[in-house]
Amino acid sequence: MKRIVPALIAVMLMLMPSALYAVQPDEIMADPAQEARARSLSRELRCMVCQNQSIDDSDAPLARDLRLLVRERIAAGSTDQQVMDFLVARYGEFVLLKPRVESRTLLLWLIPPLVLAGGGLALWFGNRRRNRAAAGEEGASFQLTPEEEARLEKLIAAQESPEKSG
Amino acid sequence: MIAEAGHYALVLALVLALIQSVVPVIGARLRDPALMNVARSTALTQFAFTAASFAALTWLHVTSDFSVANVFENSHSLKPMIYKLTGVWGNHEGSMLLWVLILALFGALVAAFGNNLPRSLRALVLAVQGWIGAAFYLFILATSNPFARIANPPMEGRDLNPILQDIGLAIHPPMLYLGYVGFSISFSFAVAALIEGRIDAAWARWVRPWTLTAWIFLTLGIAMGSYWAYYELGWGGWWFWDPVENASLMPWLAGTALLHSAVVMEKRDALKIWTVLLAILTFSLSLLGTFLVRSGVLTSVHTFASDPSRGVFILMILCLFIGGSLALYAWRATTLKQGGLFAPISREGALVLNNLLLTTACATVFVGTLYPLALEVLTGDKISVGAPFFNLTFAPLFLPLMIAVPFGPLLAWKRGDIVGASQRLTAAGILALVTMAVLWAWTKGGGAFAPLMIGIAVFVVFGALTDIVERTQLFRAPLSTSLHRARGLPRSTWGSAFAHAGLGIALIGIVCETTWNSESIASMQPKDVVTVGGYQVRLDDVTQQQGPNYREALSHFTVMLDGKTIGILSPSKRNFATRDMSTTEAALLTRGASQIYISLGDSHADGSVAVRIYHKPMVLLIWFGPVLMAFGGLLSLTDRRLRVGAPKPAKVAKKAGALQAAE
Repeated sequence: MKRIVPALIAVMLMLMPSALYAVQPDEIMADPAQEARARSLSRELRCMVCQNQSIDDSDAPLARDLRLLVRERIAAGSTDQQVMDFLVARYGEFVLLKPRVESRTLLLWLIPPLVLAGGGLALWFGNRRRNRAAAGEEGASFQLTPEEEARLEKLIAAQESPEKSG
Repeated sequence: MIAEAGHYALVLALVLALIQSVVPVIGARLRDPALMNVARSTALTQFAFTAASFAALTWLHVTSDFSVANVFENSHSLKPMIYKLTGVWGNHEGSMLLWVLILALFGALVAAFGNNLPRSLRALVLAVQGWIGAAFYLFILATSNPFARIANPPMEGRDLNPILQDIGLAIHPPMLYLGYVGFSISFSFAVAALIEGRIDAAWARWVRPWTLTAWIFLTLGIAMGSYWAYYELGWGGWWFWDPVENASLMPWLAGTALLHSAVVMEKRDALKIWTVLLAILTFSLSLLGTFLVRSGVLTSVHTFASDPSRGVFILMILCLFIGGSLALYAWRATTLKQGGLFAPISREGALVLNNLLLTTACATVFVGTLYPLALEVLTGDKISVGAPFFNLTFAPLFLPLMIAVPFGPLLAWKRGDIVGASQRLTAAGILALVTMAVLWAWTKGGGAFAPLMIGIAVFVVFGALTDIVERTQLFRAPLSTSLHRARGLPRSTWGSAFAHAGLGIALIGIVCETTWNSESIASMQPKDVVTVGGYQVRLDDVTQQQGPNYREALSHFTVMLDGKTIGILSPSKRNFATRDMSTTEAALLTRGASQIYISLGDSHADGSVAVRIYHKPMVLLIWFGPVLMAFGGLLSLTDRRLRVGAPKPAKVAKKAGALQAAE
C-alpha cells in the first residue's frame, strides 16, 4: 500500500488482500552482491496488478513471482540490462517504472526541461524588454538640450574650481 | 430523523450558496451595500447549515445507525469510539462532506474577519466561494449522498477499513483538506481581482495570511500522511511518488511559489499578473487532486469509464472552474498594470528563480502523474511512471533551488549584490565544505553523493541562520544589542529563517535515510538474534491475543547495544475478521533522530516468523523539517503587518470625526 491520502485507500484496498511487506526471507540470494543487484532492479519494476507499486514493495503473488524471476536470471549470470530486456520482452514496457525514451514517451521526458528552458527564456526576454522600455522612457524625459548641457558643465566647473583651490 | 435533518440542512446550504453566488455580484455591479452585505450573512449561515449536516452524520456514526448506508458500509458497533468519529470522513461521501464543511468554514472566516476588506472585494470573494460551494453541494447531493437509507436495516456494519483505523489518519485528512480547500480563498481573491480589474500591493497583503494558513496545514498534512505511511504500511517507506501523494504535492509546490511571489507583489508591486495566475493554478491543482482521488480514475481508466457518474461530475466542475478562471485571466490580465522594475540579481530576481524552479518541479510531477492516463486514453498504450522517473527528474530541479535559498534573503530589493551576499555566506559555506570533508572521510570514500547533499543541506540551514545573524549583528555588536535587535526583527524574517532551515533539515533526513538505511529480512525463531545497524535484536516471544475488533499476533523484541538492553519493542500483526484483512503494527524505537523499526510478517508452522528490521539513521528529521517549516509559517502569520492589515478607512474617518468634535 503506498498511498497516504486515505480517501482512495478504501477503493484500492479491495485489490490487495493485505498490507504485508514484500521481500520474503526465503527469496533472498546467498550472494549479498547479487541480492543487492536484485533489490535495485526490483525497485525499477512494476507489480502489474498493483497500484503504482514496485515488485520490491508489493506483497502480491505476482510480484513474488517476478522477484524470483529476477533472481533466477541474475543467478544464471545475466547482466542488469539483460534482466530488464527479458522482463520487457515478456511483460511489455508497462513493467518499467521509468519508461524508456521513445517516440510516445518523448513528451514525458521533454516537458520538464522545456518548461524550465521556456520559463527561463521568457524571463530573460521579458526582463530585457522591460529594461529597454524603461530606458526608452528615461531617455526621452531626461534628454538634455545642448544649451542645458552647456549650462550644466558651467555649473559643475564653477563648483569644482573652489574645491581645487581650497 | 437525524439523517433526514442532515440531508435537509445540506440542501439549505446549497440554496444559500446559490444566493451567495448571485446577489453579491449584482450588488458589486450596482454598488449597492445592502446587496453586497448579503454575502456576509449567507456565508455565515451556510457554514452553520453545513456544520449541522456534518454533525448529523457524525451522530449517525457515533450511534451506529446501520439504517444509513454510509454508516453500514463503514462502521461496526464494536469499533472504538475514536474510529467511529474518524470513520465519518474515512469514506467517499463523508470526506466530501468534510471538504464542503471546510470550504464553508473558510468562507465564514472571510465573512467574519474580512472587515478591513473593501466591501465590493469582499462581496466578490464570497460570491466566488459561493460558486465553488454550490458546485460541490450539488455534487454531494446528486451523486454522493451520505444520508441515503437502507430499506431493510442490517444488524451489524461492515467495519471501517482496518488500515484506516489509526490515529494518524484521524487527523491527516482534515489537515490536508484545510490546506487544499484553504487555497480556494486565494483563488477567490484572484478571480475577484480579475472581475474588478484592480489589483495592488494591499491585495497581496490580504491574500497572504490565507495562503499562508492553507500552506501550513498542507505542509503538516503531507508530513503527517508520510509519517503515517511510514509506520502503518509496514516497510518503512515514507514517500512513494504515488499519484495520490503527487496530488497533494502539486498544490504544495504551487502554493509555495505563490507565497513567495505574493511577497514580491506586496513589497514591490511587481509580478502581479504572475501571482494571480499562480493563485488560480494552485487551487486548480487542489481541484485536480480532488478529481484524481475521488473519481477512481487512478485505479484504472476503465473503472472510471464503467461508473462515470461521480468522476464525470467532478471533471465538469474541474473544467468549469479551471477553464472559466483561466479564460477570465486571459481576458482581464492584460488590464492589470505591471509595476516595480528590478535587476536580475536582486531579492525579486531570487524569488523569480524560486518560482521558476518550483513551477517546473510542479510541472514535472504533473506530467509524470497524468502522462500514463493521457497516453492510455489517447492510444490505449499502457506505461508506468513511478519513483525512478520522479527521482531522476525532480531531484535535479530541487538542487539549484537549495543552493539558491540562502542567497535570496541576503539580496537587497531592486538591485542586489551577489558578491556581498556570498561574502556573508562564507561561514555557512565553510561549514558545509567541512561537513562534506568530514563525512567523506568518515564513510571512507563510500560515494561522494551523500556527503555532497548533506553539505548542501548544511549550507541551507546555516545560510538561513546567517540572515538572522546579519540582521541582529550577532558576534559584532554587544549581546544585549543583538538581543534587542532580535526582538525587533519582523516575525516574518524569523518565519522564513525557520522555514528555510526546515528545508535543509528535511534534506539531511532524506539523504541519511536513503543512503545509510540498513535492513535485515529474516525468518526468526524465539531467542534468535540478528544484528542491524550495530544493534543486536532478539526475538523473545510471539503470543496471540484478542483486541476489540481484531485478533493479533503480538511479539516482543529486545534491542541491545554492546550487550546492554536499550529497549523492548512489541510489533504485532492484526487480523480483522469482518473484512478478512490484516495490518502490520510496526514497532519503533527512537534513538535521537534515528529509529529502529520492526515489522512482523507471516508466522509459520514451525514457530518461526518472518521479521523485517530496519535501522533508519536520522529518519525523524524528514518530518521534523516540515514541522519546522510549518512553525516558520505560523511565525510569519503572526507578523505585525498581517495583524494590522491594510488601513481601515472607516475607523480613520471616525477618529477624524472624534478629533474634530473635540476641537
